[in-house]
Amino acid sequence: MAINNHIKMNFTSNSENIGIARVTAAAFAAQVDLTLNDIEEIKVALSEAISNAIIHGYGDIVGEVECEMFLSDDILEFIVTDYGVGIADIELARQPSYSSDPERMGLGFVFMDSFMDELSVESALGKGTTVRMIKKITNDKAH
Amino acid sequence: MNISTIVKQGVLIVHVEGEMDMHSAEQFRSSVDTSLETSGAKHIIFNLQGVTFIDSSGVGVILGRYKKVSILGGKLAAVNVKPQVVRILEFSGLLRIMKLFGSESEALDSL
Repeated sequence: MAINNHIKMNFTSNSENIGIARVTAAAFAAQVDLTLNDIEEIKVALSEAISNAIIHGYGDIVGEVECEMFLSDDILEFIVTDYGVGIADIELARQPSYSSDPERMGLGFVFMDSFMDELSVESALGKGTTVRMIKKITNDKAH
Repeated sequence: MNISTIVKQGVLIVHVEGEMDMHSAEQFRSSVDTSLETSGAKHIIFNLQGVTFIDSSGVGVILGRYKKVSILGGKLAAVNVKPQVVRILEFSGLLRIMKLFGSESEALDSL
């Protein structure tokens, strides 16, 4: 599948950068004819993936987060990578209400799963985690 | 994020402007909790007119406030919530514990 556009951002795991990545993703997604709902869903899903990288991947230490966006003819793909602690049990982590923090509802993966068309998670303990998310473009072709 | 609080009829009203995510969650948590303690209010009304985005971190910090006030029989309400935010609140199940109203006076009447 031909890639029509690609952005790769690297940033430190400061929470300020979640909003910056979200705005970038919304602008990237706006190249194609998606509904406002679709764009909102992409913003939420990306926000969850990056928040997880910052909170769970790195915790109190500062590390690098990579965020890649690809536009092909009929899909938008977002890949978020951290080089933090990794996830011991991905299946368990993807369950609703799995959270180590009582103020969080463990909805991060539920939102990613529900709002994107495909979600895959790869992780290795001590090496980090990569989350790939795909949104299908059903309305129109890329401009 | 901008947060301001006022107490009306013994209810804490919180005006929120900005994006409710992990970055703003701590500020939200500490300013609401401080106002709750100093005012002694039982219920909270969140005026979310200025909130343009919310994700699970924002939902989580609202849930945390619910856990706090509900111990003493307090309730939560939200007013002027934008459609994209309503969708996330609904999807997360938060509307089961926080009712939505069109205005602060309607919300005040319900509490």
